[in-house]
Amino acid sequence: MKQTIRVAAGQGFWGDLPEAPVQQVEGGPVDYLMLDYLAEVTMSIMQKQKARDPNAGYAKDFVPLMKRILPTCVERNIRVTANAGGVNVRGCADAVVGVARELGLSGKLQIGIVTGDDIMSRLDEFLDSGIELRNMDTDEPLSSVRDRIQSANVYLGAWPMVDALKRGAQIVVTGRVTDTGLTLAPLIHEFGWEANDWDKMSSGTIAGHIIECGAQASGGNCQFEWQNIPDMANVGFPIAEVSADGTFVITKHEGSGGRVNLQSVKEQLVYEMGDPHAYITPDCVADFTTIRLEDAGENRVRVFGVKGRPATDSLKVSISYSAGFKAVGTLVYAWPDAYAKAQAADRILRARLERLGLRFERVLTEFVGVNATHGPLAGPPSADAAEVQLRIGVRGPERSAVERFTKEIAPLILTGPPAVTGFAGGRPKVEEIVAYWPALIPREIISPKVEVFEA
Amino acid sequence: MKVQLVKIAHARSGDKGDTANVGLIALHDDFYPILVREVTSTRVKEHFKGISKGDVERFELPNLGALNFLLHKSLDGGGTLSLMTDAQGKTFSTALLRMEVEITDDEAQGLD
Repeated sequence: MKQTIRVAAGQGFWGDLPEAPVQQVEGGPVDYLMLDYLAEVTMSIMQKQKARDPNAGYAKDFVPLMKRILPTCVERNIRVTANAGGVNVRGCADAVVGVARELGLSGKLQIGIVTGDDIMSRLDEFLDSGIELRNMDTDEPLSSVRDRIQSANVYLGAWPMVDALKRGAQIVVTGRVTDTGLTLAPLIHEFGWEANDWDKMSSGTIAGHIIECGAQASGGNCQFEWQNIPDMANVGFPIAEVSADGTFVITKHEGSGGRVNLQSVKEQLVYEMGDPHAYITPDCVADFTTIRLEDAGENRVRVFGVKGRPATDSLKVSISYSAGFKAVGTLVYAWPDAYAKAQAADRILRARLERLGLRFERVLTEFVGVNATHGPLAGPPSADAAEVQLRIGVRGPERSAVERFTKEIAPLILTGPPAVTGFAGGRPKVEEIVAYWPALIPREIISPKVEVFEA
Repeated sequence: MKVQLVKIAHARSGDKGDTANVGLIALHDDFYPILVREVTSTRVKEHFKGISKGDVERFELPNLGALNFLLHKSLDGGGTLSLMTDAQGKTFSTALLRMEVEITDDEAQGLD
């Protein structure tokens, strides 16, 4: 058994820096590469893509990435955990097999897939049996949006991935698994941790939480002394260097930019935090108030002392449903009296919407440069402001009303206050809103499936 | 004397549905007791009036020298429903750092 296992983060979201995973496997020693592709609404986007093309429905970028790094991964025995499979895990894995064959790597690696997270076809069965899948935020039962559901996936934990690794998979492709499980699974596999060793499960989960947003732990979006964080153009993504006892060091490759220090790690620890005593995953309940941090040298932070409790009887379900339409239009007003002009334009636009009899669930006006991020806390704007951007958005159940709104923005240039510009992009786009419905489901009725095959 | 939180703390914020979370971290261990004493959930709710419509919950993390705040009903429905520029609550962090708190002369010794 190795003394430590180095798990490297390669993507913090679908669309993160394309070079980052390449640098993680080539820039120094790592044992595992973890890639997190799935944000809350990503599954519904993939569902739509699959409806148009049965071969789509996964993170397409993963395939060309594998083409670039697979030879290095095979040569150095780096294993990959990735939730790139979206709603078409098999399609994604088949594409990786195709790439492996092109590279002459047939027979040289095993690919594992984890499925069973997609419960779309079982929803009626669950609802009929009294499982209401109430919205965790609003407590409404799922039946209120039943006819508008677009996808439904359970968050699976680390264990199905552990099974795939045990059976020899070098690349593990999954659908909806937790971000933290992508890091925890390699640790359970390598160190033989027991499922009821809740402290170690929690330690591995917290390691996962720290690195799952990529460079947000290594200098990106870091407020502490942000002006002097070195070489952000070449920012190194974080690596968790974990010991068998569950303690670990957060670091990054030698020679890369960015910074790992106590402050960068603390900022990431509190990111998207709820109750710190109970960070609930399918694998454990981690207690963030037990985490101890220690400066362990340049770009090294040691994490220890983590305590955890048993996992709960439920799993979280991520359901997406169609929730109407929206559009946002913007115009820029220049000095003098930029803010007053933007306010006048807003009044004119709202009066026109009123006269047209257009009804919306919500109309929101923001003045970028005045109050768009900090609202009234920003105080009154300078009378001398060079420009203010009017940003007005509408949301409603009917596409036609939202569509009509988008035709009212450009005319303001010739029919409203003067010194206005910024309409090069054309009419605002009408977007279909796919909203997120979090719910809980009893763990025992969900059966993850693992397959491992040769490329 | 009064001091703005940005002088004694850094922060990061994010979202969970329509709730924004703000993690407020003391720049030095000595400043953590000031945060605990001054930055109460009542004061944070007052600070964010006109932005946050729901309750504010506070959690203490002495091990990190940090407080975590949950600001409910703050993101115009949250996620894809929200029409806000900052639908993910990313800038609530520095909005909190605008708050002014009272510190003693002794505590002010530690400031730059």
